[in-house]
Amino acid sequence: MGNEHKPIDCEEVLRSLISYLDGELDKAATADIDHHLKHCRTCYSRAEFERHLTELSRKIGPSKAPAELRRRLARLVEGF
Amino acid sequence: MKEQTARRQDGEAGGDRRRLFQARVLDLTDGLYRVALRLTRHESDAEELVAEAVAKAWAALDSLEDESRFRPWIFSVLINTFRSHCRRRGRELSLDDCQDDAGGEPDFSLFDKLHQPFLLWWSNPEQDFLNKLLGEDLQRAVDSLSECYRAVVVLVILEGCSYQEAADILAIPIGTVRSRVKRGRSLMQKALWMHAREAGIHTATSETEGEM
Ligand SMILES: [Zn+2]
Repeated sequence: MGNEHKPIDCEEVLRSLISYLDGELDKAATADIDHHLKHCRTCYSRAEFERHLTELSRKIGPSKAPAELRRRLARLVEGF
Repeated sequence: MKEQTARRQDGEAGGDRRRLFQARVLDLTDGLYRVALRLTRHESDAEELVAEAVAKAWAALDSLEDESRFRPWIFSVLINTFRSHCRRRGRELSLDDCQDDAGGEPDFSLFDKLHQPFLLWWSNPEQDFLNKLLGEDLQRAVDSLSECYRAVVVLVILEGCSYQEAADILAIPIGTVRSRVKRGRSLMQKALWMHAREAGIHTATSETEGEM
């Protein structure tokens, strides 16, 4: 039972890299890219860059709603 | 429908229903506010939008068929409330029409701008660039997107929604989410690049290269 990977080129990786990083590819396509990234320094660096940028973007803005909004919503729902 | 409305008015069961709704809403308030803030880009507008959406959600609670879908359901109410705000201001299609997209311009990639394959191994200009980025730079880049890209970027990147969840929330096909996420990231990177150049954050190698 060898690990069969469809060899894919950098073009193909580039095309589906974002979906790959967002966890939106099926198992086989994910494994193909995993395999490519292990052997291609440029695509690996690109993937790391995109991953890191996404991580930074995730932290944008406040993490919490203002306390006043929470109180306002609680009051609002009490009144329903 | 009628039966459920009757149940809502019926004391004990109605109280349970309200308590459950309240608990779920308070659970999701942070996420609702974050999305509202990036859509409206103003704190007080965002608070108004969330409060209005919660009131609408309560009024439309009977349309929630599956309790486990509460999160995408209430986010879709928030989005629709925002849509009607835009409509009121005469900007009917802002959330659903990516017309302002820069034509057939190819995707912009910061990595392609920064990466230098022949540098010595300890030099990493793309990492240096990320290290210099501030939260406010990223926020400005997201806010610079037109609403139609911003909505998808905010749901998928900031809130971690799956493409399917974002598609359900925005009531658009999943393929549209896929392409807008890609294009939205590209436009965001271009905004970061332009800002970095204006602010002189990135000057090292870029000046000698041609413009995109
Ligand atoms: Zn490659």
